[in-house]
Amino acid sequence: MSTRALLLRRHSVLPGFGLSLGFALLYLCFVVLVPLSAVFLKAFTVSWGTFVATVTSPRVVASYRLTFGASLVAALVNGVSGLLVAWVLVRYRFAGRRVVDALVDLPFALPTAVAGIALTTLYASNGWIGRWLPFKVAYAPLGVFVALTFIGLPFVVRTVQPVLEDLQRELEEAAATLGASRLQTFARVIFPALMPALLTGFALAFARALGEYGSVIFIAGNMPMVSEITSLLIITKLEQYDYTGATAIAVVMLVAAFALLLLINLLQAWARRRQGR
Amino acid sequence: MSAVIDSGQPQAVAAASPRADARPAASPRAHDALGEPAWVRRTLIGVALVFLALFLVVPLVSVFAQALAKGVDVYWAALVDADAVSALKLTLLAAGISVPLNLVFGVAAAWAVAKFDFRGKNLLLTLIDLPFSVSPVIAGLIYMLVFGLQGWCGEWLRDHDLKIVFAVPGIVLATVFVTFPFIARELIPLMQAQGQEQEEAARVLGASGWQILWRVTLPNVRWALLYGVVLCNARAMGEFGAVSVVSGHIRGQTDTLPLHIEILYDDYQFAAAFAVASLLAGLALVTLVLKTIVERRAEASFDQEKE
Repeated sequence: MSTRALLLRRHSVLPGFGLSLGFALLYLCFVVLVPLSAVFLKAFTVSWGTFVATVTSPRVVASYRLTFGASLVAALVNGVSGLLVAWVLVRYRFAGRRVVDALVDLPFALPTAVAGIALTTLYASNGWIGRWLPFKVAYAPLGVFVALTFIGLPFVVRTVQPVLEDLQRELEEAAATLGASRLQTFARVIFPALMPALLTGFALAFARALGEYGSVIFIAGNMPMVSEITSLLIITKLEQYDYTGATAIAVVMLVAAFALLLLINLLQAWARRRQGR
Repeated sequence: MSAVIDSGQPQAVAAASPRADARPAASPRAHDALGEPAWVRRTLIGVALVFLALFLVVPLVSVFAQALAKGVDVYWAALVDADAVSALKLTLLAAGISVPLNLVFGVAAAWAVAKFDFRGKNLLLTLIDLPFSVSPVIAGLIYMLVFGLQGWCGEWLRDHDLKIVFAVPGIVLATVFVTFPFIARELIPLMQAQGQEQEEAARVLGASGWQILWRVTLPNVRWALLYGVVLCNARAMGEFGAVSVVSGHIRGQTDTLPLHIEILYDDYQFAAAFAVASLLAGLALVTLVLKTIVERRAEASFDQEKE
């Protein structure tokens, strides 16, 4: 089997290495790698000048500004609120804690289109929440932020929670013994220990928000230059049969996503080292 | 949700038994110096609950409220509408194909990664995660570039009168792509943690590879497997962006449930849109309940093993 020749493997008495790895690699190639390479191969057929002109045209740049900006702010809000929710769920006992804990995953499980229409109806000027707000949320850039905050909510909670659960109370006891106030202990002992997980969760939420489409398009209003996200622009180009333009923008977003993936991997390696110590 | 009771107080003073609670996180020995004052505790809990209520509970409740806003008759009519039924069938078909495919992949990948050491394992793990970081719209785009009329196979497909994009196969392919990592992601860490002693023992006793898989490995990971399948299914039935790109939006033919929701919503048929959405929201709730059960089972079996 060719995979055996390619990959060095330590001896094991268990069978099925070639079959399982061979199948996994074949399936990975056909489903993920070959189609994904199409984007880059298509992008190579475009001249550099056209590529740069496409990805830096004003409408596209405005969409980056909105997508990256709203994703960043949403991820920051998720960083703060996620830390708070994780803290409350791990450290305190209150009625309904289990239900709240389960509910945190709702944005993972709820289809984005459902989230999109629900948030839009809530934040529209006559909606349950929108009618109490003096400013416009739905059909405005602020709506993009609301949708991205919703879909990014579980990431920080779920990365910080296990680390907080494993945190040794002895460290906090030592800090208290040495005369630290509770706030000092949090700032100097607990927070630094949570930092890698917090950053990982932040990066995951940010990465997810960058690529989000379903929940945003309902609430954004999708006005060119104002409330149009990059994913929608890709679809718009596709609908105009401008495959080259769509591919060029997609490459920019893919490179950003892969850079974030690399960053997340590095952060997780850092977190593992910190925890292992 | 105002019934914030109490917290931080010593629940189990017996420091010798660390598993007083199922999750032994909260202060087994609480000094005053290690807990926050009651008002801080209550404020933090209150703020967190208000935030979650605003962002999670209200949207969820509003789906069902809007669905029933025009009465049960309108709700029911939206669900038995011919286009809705055909969208439901297509959604079930797409999930019914992509979940088993990704299940077989997940088991194969987890077997290779967890039971053997080989070069490039970390690269393989990163590649398995790749679809998570690809935007759904781009996932749709790649299949347009391969199978679309201007794509690699476009002319060949047209000459042979085959349709992949703007047809059911494209929807299935896009769904397979976006749900690709789910089951593998659930299985790999668990199977890595479980090691291979049990499988090796079975091997020494003369079991074949398939017997080991069916009798030893799969029973050991059955809860993670179930949860992976449930999660994969939820995403498969709810996928919007990728499917939207390749579907072509032909009513009654290439519309899945999420796309049908979009059509109804853009058509100002809000009650009908939310009625169909309530089906998917119900599925999401079932997913969350199953997740909680699976986690409890996993904890219970973990505790059992420790004793």
